[in-house]
Amino acid sequence: MKDRIINIVETYGKDPGRLMDILLKVQAEFGCVSHEAITIIAAALHMSEVDVMQTRSFYHFFTCRPVGKYAVYLNNSVVSMLMGMGDVQDEFEKLSGVKVGEKTADGLISLHHTACIGMNDQEPAALINGVVFTELNRDKVRALVADMKAGKAAQDMVTTYGDGNNANPLMKTMVKNNIRKAGAVVLAEYCMGKGIAKALSMDARGVINEVKESNLRGRGGAGFPTGMKWDFCSREAGDHYVLCNADEGEPGTFKDRVLLTERAGMLFEGMTIGGYAIGAKEGVLYLRNEYTYMKAYLESVLSDMRSKNFLGNNILGKGFNFDIRIQMGAGAYVCGEESALIESSEGKRGEPRNRPPFPVQKGYKNKPTIVNNVETFCSSVRIIENGGAWYGALGTSESAGTKLLSISGDCKLPGVYEIEWGMSIKEMLEMVGAENVQAVQVAGPSGICLPPSQFDRKIALEDLPTGGSMIVIGKNRDLLKDVVLNFMEFFADESCGSCVTCRSFNMILRNSIEKIVSGHGIRKDVEDMAAWSEILRKTTRCGLGQTSSNPISTTIKNFREVYDARVKNVDYQSDFDMQASVMASCEVVGRSSKVHE
Amino acid sequence: MSKPIIATTSLAGCFGCHMSILDIDDRILKLIELVEFNKSPIDDIKTFTKECDIGIIEGGCCNSENVHVLKEFRKHCKILISLGECAIMGGLPAMRNGIPVKECLDEAYLNGPTVGDNTEKIMPNDEELPMILDKVYPCHEIVKIDYYLPGCAPRADLIWAAVVALVTGDTLNIPYELVKFD
Repeated sequence: MKDRIINIVETYGKDPGRLMDILLKVQAEFGCVSHEAITIIAAALHMSEVDVMQTRSFYHFFTCRPVGKYAVYLNNSVVSMLMGMGDVQDEFEKLSGVKVGEKTADGLISLHHTACIGMNDQEPAALINGVVFTELNRDKVRALVADMKAGKAAQDMVTTYGDGNNANPLMKTMVKNNIRKAGAVVLAEYCMGKGIAKALSMDARGVINEVKESNLRGRGGAGFPTGMKWDFCSREAGDHYVLCNADEGEPGTFKDRVLLTERAGMLFEGMTIGGYAIGAKEGVLYLRNEYTYMKAYLESVLSDMRSKNFLGNNILGKGFNFDIRIQMGAGAYVCGEESALIESSEGKRGEPRNRPPFPVQKGYKNKPTIVNNVETFCSSVRIIENGGAWYGALGTSESAGTKLLSISGDCKLPGVYEIEWGMSIKEMLEMVGAENVQAVQVAGPSGICLPPSQFDRKIALEDLPTGGSMIVIGKNRDLLKDVVLNFMEFFADESCGSCVTCRSFNMILRNSIEKIVSGHGIRKDVEDMAAWSEILRKTTRCGLGQTSSNPISTTIKNFREVYDARVKNVDYQSDFDMQASVMASCEVVGRSSKVHE
Repeated sequence: MSKPIIATTSLAGCFGCHMSILDIDDRILKLIELVEFNKSPIDDIKTFTKECDIGIIEGGCCNSENVHVLKEFRKHCKILISLGECAIMGGLPAMRNGIPVKECLDEAYLNGPTVGDNTEKIMPNDEELPMILDKVYPCHEIVKIDYYLPGCAPRADLIWAAVVALVTGDTLNIPYELVKFD
């Protein structure tokens, strides 16, 4: 083991900045990153053990004890649960004989939960040794478990392939694109190289000005003007870096998955154009661990581009050098926050940084860095090809261009839609064939739970901003139990724990919702939750804590009646059950647990 | 008008909060002019003999007797105060909350380094003994608590200021120094 690990560390040039890659390799080969492994890695990298350990413990795909030969990660996010993950989990547990969180005695199968894996339009879905399995049901689980018992490799359990590049020999995945509507920008016909060629015929300032003129705003959800970001970054001195945020972890978002599958070249072109604009030589694509199945394919696109001289040295003979490497994540929602993503790319815990300085001043390796979303980079290619004015004419006055929506939940046609900004929710619901809608979760858990009375509002940064997640919730769903509780469990899990309020309030709010769902809530709980949500919003460092109470605060605001129907109108109520709470100790000492009050 | 009546108790606490009450020093003479004590370790009255105005609770609930006493306090006191970390949050005793109660009892009576000879592996199970709860509960999870005075132990000046404000009806003025802990 020792020699092999040292060998892995050497593959990455003994660079502590590549600790993520080293840990991923060790986890993949040994089924865990044990304490022994940490000692070896730390010594080889000249780091302290705790520094290695804190990175290991931060990400949920790193484990300290060996996972099963088949590590089954079941997606327990909202839409997966709505589409029947309960049955799928039950079947896995029945056939393997272990519960989620456990491993079979022979070490064959371990079951785990994981947050949204970006397959919301084809749930219930799971990852088995990194291979994606979608649209699961009890029958399919039986077949999978039989295959595992027969020792089949996870990849060989995939029998059908999805459309488009999903069937590429390097991808061979059952994932479907479900592209329902292609718009004028990112999903329009694409021919590699035009954008780069045009950009390199302009000067860097000209590229920035074109992007500024387009009024393109960040597609991750925050909507920061892209041209301005590139401009700020280009004015800083020293080496520059381009980072692409492909860590789409917001439950319900899967549009970047489709872009990475069908428009990888466009994305890398966009990163190269960004690099040219700010004067960078190196780009990093931060790819979420759940999308590991794409890595080999993406690498092949990069090699192809290098061979065509769209990447590498002296690109298209214009004297510009730029290359891109892929950095895999290891399972942490907060790494979608740009400064956390930078920390993670440097091999550290994905804890958001204090700002200022902003990443455009001190980002990756403390150098000026632009971090943009996949869709943003793709859009920038079109802007260079067709001009900022062309792009700016699409959409609304404050939200230029098109937006990819990932629409899932209770509708007939879940999938990816490229729309012009400005569409109303009502129009969107007609487009996806949704009826009897109770609510639409706009922009994922960190967004807004929107009631029917507001369905005439517009999808636009000035009205309903979104990174692309749209979850339709039918009238037959239990809004608090199926949706809000699930979202709060997600945030309680995903808080990095750095800010006290985020660490504790997400847990407290989760418990309060559970109390209400279980029928023990009182009016004051609802009032407390509203007040605590506000404190949480105001007292945390990054976007996670600033928005993680939204599932509660927006449902209290928009669906107060759902709460009122479930809470008692009393001053105080205790859930304490004396009989139940003395049972365990009485059993141990062998006395009757009958309580005489 | 008769003097307000105070009751106090220490549940799963260390009596440190009661020591802190005594730390009001000579103000105790003023206190007995202001109030009358009923059930309390201070005067050793074991059971309520009167309805009280203020009940001061030290410690959380770790066994069935704590719960019983706390409920008695709620029944007989108009206002209940959780005094100190253990009453408010469970405190140090709640460190066992992440550990199954069987493991705790095994450690205490069978495997612990200070157990000595327990060859018959006896665990206390007399009917007279209170039953151990599965975890240590803060008081407000069992009964309604009206006020919380934080600290481990809360400063005597804080207890004094709060009790005086309650019985005189004056505004409670708590300078930062009285509630800061670091």
